[in-house]
Amino acid sequence: MVIEGPILEFHQKSPKPLRVYSAQQSKAKPQGQKTLALLLFCVLSGIRISNFPKHRAYDQVFFLCTKTQSYSPPSYFPWRCVEKILKDDASEEKGERARMASFVGAIAITDLVKTTLGPKGMDKILQSTGRGHEVTVTNDGATILKSLHIDNPAAKVLIDISKVQDDEVGDGTTSVVVLAGELLREAEKLVAAKIHPMTIISGYRMAAECARNALLQRVVDNKENAEKFKSDLMKIAMTTLSSKILSQDKEHFAQLAVDAVMRLKGSTNLEAIQIIKKPGGSLKDSFLDEGFILDKKIGLGQPKRIENAKILVANTAMDTDKVKIYGARVRVDSMSKVAEIEGAEKEKMREKVKKILGHGINCFVNRQLIYNFPEELFADAGILAIEHADFDGIERLALVTGGEIASTFDNPESVKLGHCKLIEEIMIGEDKLIHFSGVEMGQACTIVLRGASHHVLDEAERSLHDALCVLSQTVNDTRVLLGGGWPEMVMAKEVDKLARKTPGKKSHAIEAFSRALLAIPTIIADNAGLDSADLVAKLRAEHHKEGCNAGIDVISGSVGDMAELGISEAFKVKQAVLLSATEAAEMILRVDEIITCAPRKREDRM
Amino acid sequence: MALAFDEYGRPFIILKEQDQKTRLRGIDAQKANISAGKAVARILRTSLGPKGMDKILQSPDGDVTITNDGATILEQMDVDNQIAKLMVELSRSQDYEIGDGTTGVVVMAGALLEQAERLLERGIHPIRIAEGYEMASRIAVEHLEHISQKFDFGASNIEPLVQTCMTTLSSKIVNRCKHHLAEISVKAVLSVADLERKDVNLDMIKVEGKVGGKLEDTELIYGITVDKDMSHPQMPKQIEDAKIAILTCPFEPPKPKTKHKVDIDTVEKFQTLRLQEQKYFDDMVQKCKDVGATLVICQWGFDDEANHLLMHRNLPAVRWVGGVELELIAIATGGRIVPRFQELTPEKLGRAGLVREKSFGTTKDKMLYIEHCANSRAVTIFIRGGNKMMIEETKRSIHDALCVARNLIRNNSIVYGGGSAEISCSIAVEAAADKYPVVEQYAVRAFADALDSVPMALAENSGLQPIETLSAVKSQQIKENNPHYGIDCNDVGTNDMREQDVFETLIGKQQQILLATQVVKMILKIDDVISPSDY
Repeated sequence: MVIEGPILEFHQKSPKPLRVYSAQQSKAKPQGQKTLALLLFCVLSGIRISNFPKHRAYDQVFFLCTKTQSYSPPSYFPWRCVEKILKDDASEEKGERARMASFVGAIAITDLVKTTLGPKGMDKILQSTGRGHEVTVTNDGATILKSLHIDNPAAKVLIDISKVQDDEVGDGTTSVVVLAGELLREAEKLVAAKIHPMTIISGYRMAAECARNALLQRVVDNKENAEKFKSDLMKIAMTTLSSKILSQDKEHFAQLAVDAVMRLKGSTNLEAIQIIKKPGGSLKDSFLDEGFILDKKIGLGQPKRIENAKILVANTAMDTDKVKIYGARVRVDSMSKVAEIEGAEKEKMREKVKKILGHGINCFVNRQLIYNFPEELFADAGILAIEHADFDGIERLALVTGGEIASTFDNPESVKLGHCKLIEEIMIGEDKLIHFSGVEMGQACTIVLRGASHHVLDEAERSLHDALCVLSQTVNDTRVLLGGGWPEMVMAKEVDKLARKTPGKKSHAIEAFSRALLAIPTIIADNAGLDSADLVAKLRAEHHKEGCNAGIDVISGSVGDMAELGISEAFKVKQAVLLSATEAAEMILRVDEIITCAPRKREDRM
Repeated sequence: MALAFDEYGRPFIILKEQDQKTRLRGIDAQKANISAGKAVARILRTSLGPKGMDKILQSPDGDVTITNDGATILEQMDVDNQIAKLMVELSRSQDYEIGDGTTGVVVMAGALLEQAERLLERGIHPIRIAEGYEMASRIAVEHLEHISQKFDFGASNIEPLVQTCMTTLSSKIVNRCKHHLAEISVKAVLSVADLERKDVNLDMIKVEGKVGGKLEDTELIYGITVDKDMSHPQMPKQIEDAKIAILTCPFEPPKPKTKHKVDIDTVEKFQTLRLQEQKYFDDMVQKCKDVGATLVICQWGFDDEANHLLMHRNLPAVRWVGGVELELIAIATGGRIVPRFQELTPEKLGRAGLVREKSFGTTKDKMLYIEHCANSRAVTIFIRGGNKMMIEETKRSIHDALCVARNLIRNNSIVYGGGSAEISCSIAVEAAADKYPVVEQYAVRAFADALDSVPMALAENSGLQPIETLSAVKSQQIKENNPHYGIDCNDVGTNDMREQDVFETLIGKQQQILLATQVVKMILKIDDVISPSDY
């Protein structure tokens, strides 16, 4: 029902006006006493009027009052309390409201990713708005959050920390968001109980420090014992993978990941591990291959198999070599001249190929295209020529074979060639690939992923990438913790102790921190469909004993010994989760005002 | 509206399209302006002091900034009102001049406006108020000089400087590791400072940030970092005793600015042109090599062929380095920027003890460190932190700390912080007010009241009873005749700011009072506002 023309719109049942159209929009000015009264009502009762900034509403009321002269506004009407300072569409939220907006945003994000946490976490389908409406199925926190388009600033902070966690340690992207969200959820209660945010922050800081120390005391470091360390890595890999799509074959993939990382010998350069995805087969058929696989075909008429290959990796134009001098162009006055120049061009190419051949190679890989003519020349010389390898492929190939990327070919003696024992064409599924084995740099290897569909493969790659990241970080920082909610319980216990010792309001905040930590095992249990209240209480009782290894055993649905079950997590990941979650929560808590600028106007290109 | 009539009673129009403009004049204009100014001050008021809160600012493109730096908040607020814009300018000029106290100056101006409004209501003419404020500000500034103290530090004894920077940093989100950051800032400033001339060129300090790691990993690098990597993946990642050629010409065949064409019409020409082209590249690389450079830093891109030739001759190179960075590198390494290959000479090369490439995290991010430079005065502060907003905020905080350290080196007079200087000034101004026999007396007294509002806001933000605390501190100052008593924001247990080591620079404080007074005077003098109407 609409009354008073275009100005106010009411819901049928509720007496509150739903919208008041701005004068600009409806091209009309509010008239009459009734409108005035309603407008006043809206302004004074704080109902937000869409498309109608506050100061305009005030102006309007003022305008009407002077016009109708039948109604004088109440003396408490805030005539000048809100002057127009900001631009028209900008908005400003203050104090409690600002805090509420950020709490709500952050908690909404947390609830969104919460269900993906833990080994029994669920996946999400993400559909892009781009052309083709591409679909991604994932339970990787960072991937989910990255693809969300969010307007709430607090939520953006959370998305940002999950992204950083992904870049820095590769795993724990969901946990960090969930922990930050839980911290804010607890903070909200404290704020409601009239505790100042600054007090909460200082409490949280103390608690985070204490929790970190608690973890440091309980870490296991098997750096000395290579055998044990390897089994640690294996356990970490399995724990990481168990929450992903690969959990069916987690042993297989854990082995793959550990082998790949061990080959790196301590470097964190994950570029040396190449992941190739080929649809077809099942996940079990995935394998690790030493050496390097290039997803290209071998040119026609060229050898399919080369032993003791000498490889020249190049980045040069192998089509018609252009003259790069600016402004040069060909101008001829007869057909015969054209033929001559064409001949010269051909000659030039032939010379180039000859120079390349002069390097004494039997394999030539180029980043750019190789045209038919030079390809033919290469085939004639019995050389394997591979064209249009992408930039990453070239760099990686140069890295693993130990050659250099060449662009000029005048001094064959000083160009470093790459070497490998065997180049051959192999078939995976129905694609032909080129396999370089016996390469000089032993670090490199390739993992070939097989699976039923592209979605499965993409998700498998993400999971494997997580595992590889964690493992490579663990190789450098060998400290290991148990998993399955164990670290959270240990931290919560210590933080609780601290809360009891601390006098003053801070202790409430510290206590809240411990509750937030407990939320993680609770969510893991909930996601697995277990009775979380019961389990977490049991777990806490277990942890009351010194040196307890108890955690949640999701498979059997009970409290179990994590050391026996072989569930481990890397200390570095847990520490990063703890610190960045606290930092993010602190950041959001400190805010007492949100100012949103008017969105930039898109120019209409229609 | 401005209507005038000629002798026949016909109206003539003074303002163009005047019915489409709104106009405020006289006392209404002043009141509207004052309330706009106050509204801006009110936004910043909660950000003042060590327990001040942050603001989230969302830019037109949806980017989020979280900060409690006054200048940044106002700058990003997208203000529309003219008077509010004046306040923004005010905070910006404090930022340019002093670099710190950007929130305080706005809060001060807001308080002055508030007092002025009351005086206006009592019928005092705005000009008289402005005059009174001017007098009062002079008294306050002189008094500050009087209570200021000299502050001793040297290149070896940096602890006092670090303390001052810590005061600045304690109001920011980075206060968790304020000591570490303060130390870095002081060391950075000292290494670029010219203690003889008492001058510091802050351009020599570059503040870089990269997401990831912990805030504690923030480090000071005696050299330059460039967010670039070697142009060829296989160039050496570490060069010792590098001689650096700094070029602003691309490794490409020349492109004359005049239009020209090279016509190829015979095979010979085609071939000579080809040879020519090869020679170009060869010459360019050879020239760099000839002067003895071991590293080439270029503002432009390289052709593939040139890139390989460089690599081939074992001459590492960096491409697409920005102009500012290039200049910094030139300053740091003592080299000259060379715009043409022909002008390369050995003297023009820069020198650095160590150039290395460092990679971060699991992504492929790489940065180039140029360290142990010939002129080691250029330094870089490299910030690490949990997320992008954190880094941005740390950058701003460090900028403030750097400015404070610089101000102390320029002029080592200090006043004590925590609102103590304002309270002391307020007492002095109040006492002086009674000596004026004219109307201005009221304005001077109002100024004293306005000065009280800064410590009041501090107390409010720290969760103390503002009026109670302020009056207690004030009486303590008068009773013991000690201007060092301030608001105990951090709940340390003592009011004496000297014991708490909380102080600010004298010039910063003086500037705050002078700037705020100036702006308020300007606002008070406006009596007519004409703006295009909304409707």
